[in-house]
Amino acid sequence: MSMRSPLGRARGLGSAKDGVSHFIWQRLTAIALVPLSFWFVYSVVSLAGQDYGHFRAWLGQPGNLTMMVLVIFAVFHHGQLGMQVVIEDYVHDEKTMFTSLIVMKFAAVLMAVFSVVAVLRIALVGG
Amino acid sequence: MTPSNRPLSPHLLNYRYPLLVLMSGTHRATGVVLSIGTLLLTYWIAAAAYGPESFDRASRLLGSPIGYLVLFGFSFSLFYHLANGVRHLLWDIGWGFELPVARKSGAVMVAVTLACTVVTWIAALSH
Repeated sequence: MSMRSPLGRARGLGSAKDGVSHFIWQRLTAIALVPLSFWFVYSVVSLAGQDYGHFRAWLGQPGNLTMMVLVIFAVFHHGQLGMQVVIEDYVHDEKTMFTSLIVMKFAAVLMAVFSVVAVLRIALVGG
Repeated sequence: MTPSNRPLSPHLLNYRYPLLVLMSGTHRATGVVLSIGTLLLTYWIAAAAYGPESFDRASRLLGSPIGYLVLFGFSFSLFYHLANGVRHLLWDIGWGFELPVARKSGAVMVAVTLACTVVTWIAALSH
């Protein structure tokens, strides 16, 4: 027998039961981003001022390409989890909140997929 | 009325924020900055994917004074969020919750942020 009041049940409020997954993915991507961030900054600094050919050759190395794809995945996953919390905390109007969440999540997926496609193209397609 | 020594309720306009409060707020603020900064990351990768001309244009834009200013803000935000994020991960495993330790680790992470930002820019500008 449920201990919830009929009103509570009718409202359908309560935990969506995916908070643990949010917590764990935020931490996993955070841990991954520690070495990935240092690698990324080191790479960008060493690429500064270099021409296109050099950049292409650099991204053509399988190790660099792999790291770049990992950076993209971790950055966008971590970022959209964080932005979700920020939106949920500060946007109080429900319609605006859900609209913002959907737009933000779609934008994150769009930029992540586009970035992966772009680095794969640079590294793998001769031009 | 006789003046008393009872503490006054702090008012937002003359309240001196403790370091820990400022650091917590800055963590979130830099997270939002970095999320918006993913537009820059996507732009840079996209410019490279569209060929040498657009890559050179992006390099010139990022190498302009405004570009440097934006990149500086981006690098500072990244190192701050990274350093303070490690602090959050340490809290997750139960380390350093005591107030004096939290203050000390906060000061250390601010120092780490500044050191990493300075070293990165010295390395970037010296070649």
